[in-house]
Amino acid sequence: MRELSLHILDIVQNSLEAGATHITIEIDEDLVEDRLTIRVTDNGRGMDAETLRRVTDPFFTTRKTRKVGLGLPLLKAAAEQCGGRLTIQSAPGQGTTVTAEFQHSHIDRAPLGDMPASLMTILLAERPVEVRYIHRVNGREFVLDTRELREALGDVPLTHPKIRQWLYEYLRQGEASLWDASPAGADQTLPEEG
Amino acid sequence: MPKIKSIEELQKLREEAQKELKLRMDTGTVITVGMGTCGIAAGARETMHAILEELNKRQIDAHVKTVGCIGMCVYEPLVDIEQAGKGRITYGKITPDRVPRLIEEHLINGRVVEEWVVARMQENANK
Repeated sequence: MRELSLHILDIVQNSLEAGATHITIEIDEDLVEDRLTIRVTDNGRGMDAETLRRVTDPFFTTRKTRKVGLGLPLLKAAAEQCGGRLTIQSAPGQGTTVTAEFQHSHIDRAPLGDMPASLMTILLAERPVEVRYIHRVNGREFVLDTRELREALGDVPLTHPKIRQWLYEYLRQGEASLWDASPAGADQTLPEEG
Repeated sequence: MPKIKSIEELQKLREEAQKELKLRMDTGTVITVGMGTCGIAAGARETMHAILEELNKRQIDAHVKTVGCIGMCVYEPLVDIEQAGKGRITYGKITPDRVPRLIEEHLINGRVVEEWVVARMQENANK
């Protein structure tokens, strides 16, 4: 995949397929430690030890339509080729946590890419899900919690055309705010546009 | 940190949105985009984005939602358009550049773009 945000979208789809109703997405960019960590935590049905062992095998899938499942294997390969790793914690009935770590400055690390577009795709999922999104860059933070949004919206769904337009703008501004010129004058490396 | 948009704004939007809500639920159009690994790798997120942009540009009210793998991965990105009273059409290989024509033909002119159709379902006559 060309962007890490596409991997995130993919992992979240797994959570949805696992019946999750709450998903937390964390992105932690630490330019001092040179690490980028992505963590997706869900309250889906979880996996037993045997499934967990096989889940990064491309020839394993729970799907009935065909015999391959590439989501997690692709993310594992992406992390490992960038001096990082993929770890998965899961137990039946306990949900699943997928953590992918990367060396931030690694030449092969795909850009994070268009997170607002990925988040919109998740928020428009057919099965409604509560999402808490936290993106940290060197101590700055942008947080979006769908429960807060739903509280403000009452019975109007997030998928309403007016609301979804507002949401997309909100996400774009939130993401951009993480990379505003730092008042402390630290010479941050700005993300390269794809 | 200054925040240009705030959640309070949402409450104002809520009132406007509520008024139109009922109408849409009764007569609406639903557009579904397949978003499994197969769809994502084929560019489904960009397709969805293009659909949202096009709907905004043309001021069309339609409900857009995403689902997991639909099972015809070779035709991804898959886009499904369902209109009340008109059944449901599944289009294949809808890359972002095809979106404007799809929206114009199907939603505005009411013509199915036959060469992109991969499946169709009639509305249940007994409903």
